[in-house]
Amino acid sequence: MIWNSWSDFFAMGGYGLYVWGSVVVTVGLMFGEMIILAMRWKAGLKQLGNWLRNLQKERHENQV
Amino acid sequence: MSIAEYTLSRKSALSGSIWFKYASPQMFFPVAGKMIPGFAIIGAVLCLVGLYIGFFVAPTDRQQGDAYRIIFLHVPAAWMSMVIYMAMAFWAGIGLVMNTRLSSMMATALAPTGAMFTVLALWTGALWGRPTWGAWWVWDARLTSELILLFLYIGFMALQASIDDPRRADKAGAVLALVGVINVPVIYFSVQWWNTLHQGSSVSLRNAPSMAITMLVGMLITALGFWAYSIAVALLRVRCIVLERERHSDWIKQYVERVEKKR
Repeated sequence: MIWNSWSDFFAMGGYGLYVWGSVVVTVGLMFGEMIILAMRWKAGLKQLGNWLRNLQKERHENQV
Repeated sequence: MSIAEYTLSRKSALSGSIWFKYASPQMFFPVAGKMIPGFAIIGAVLCLVGLYIGFFVAPTDRQQGDAYRIIFLHVPAAWMSMVIYMAMAFWAGIGLVMNTRLSSMMATALAPTGAMFTVLALWTGALWGRPTWGAWWVWDARLTSELILLFLYIGFMALQASIDDPRRADKAGAVLALVGVINVPVIYFSVQWWNTLHQGSSVSLRNAPSMAITMLVGMLITALGFWAYSIAVALLRVRCIVLERERHSDWIKQYVERVEKKR
């Protein structure tokens, strides 16, 4: 272990703001991208599902 | 059978090959879905291991103190910004020459991730530049060419978004992406060609790395983690694009019905 304590670790030898500013934005953007993609995937499936159901309903009504 | 009919009925040597089999969105869609969890797990593990080495094993730098630890994010992000651009231009070019829709979709799927890594390279670079150079930003060759890379990504995405017909958007984007490839070697060699404030390559193919071995290992593992992450995310995005673009095809309709039944 190269750090004496956790506060030592978070201080990063006085460069905490720069180091953690890099880490937080990197992790944030990567997770943000994954969340946005998961939402896009779910929305796409839902929209397509609704569209197909409406199509079937329409076809059914036309037959009756 | 006439010669013309015979020629038409014969499959070309290429179209039967495995490469063309998976060039159709229908064939690739399920394969991509199966590949995503694997790459995601590999990416997560490699990132955690790499950053653990970077933040808990690698010693403090004699000159830069702990500010140098930004390297474990900065260099992998900068590498990915260039690698993804090359991959994007490659698939865009294949889509343009071979007229394969899936290749073009892959290029479109790669652009946002590449742009994100470019932003990260610039952001972490600014946060590293401030304590070491005393400036968040300088207009030197390395930084400026990386900024141009960001504009190329944004230009590619904006151009494609502005054209309604997807195939025309693919082609226009491909031309832009291919022209922009010239910028990648400019970024890479900028620290050799010009006298820049940015330090030279820490890792190069010709010379032994100019850094401690634990630092190098942490950086390389994180870079591989970012690589696996990029593949997973690009595959997920290409599946979204296929879902949206191929919505009129029967196989996508059947896929959606199958997914809805499972719920």
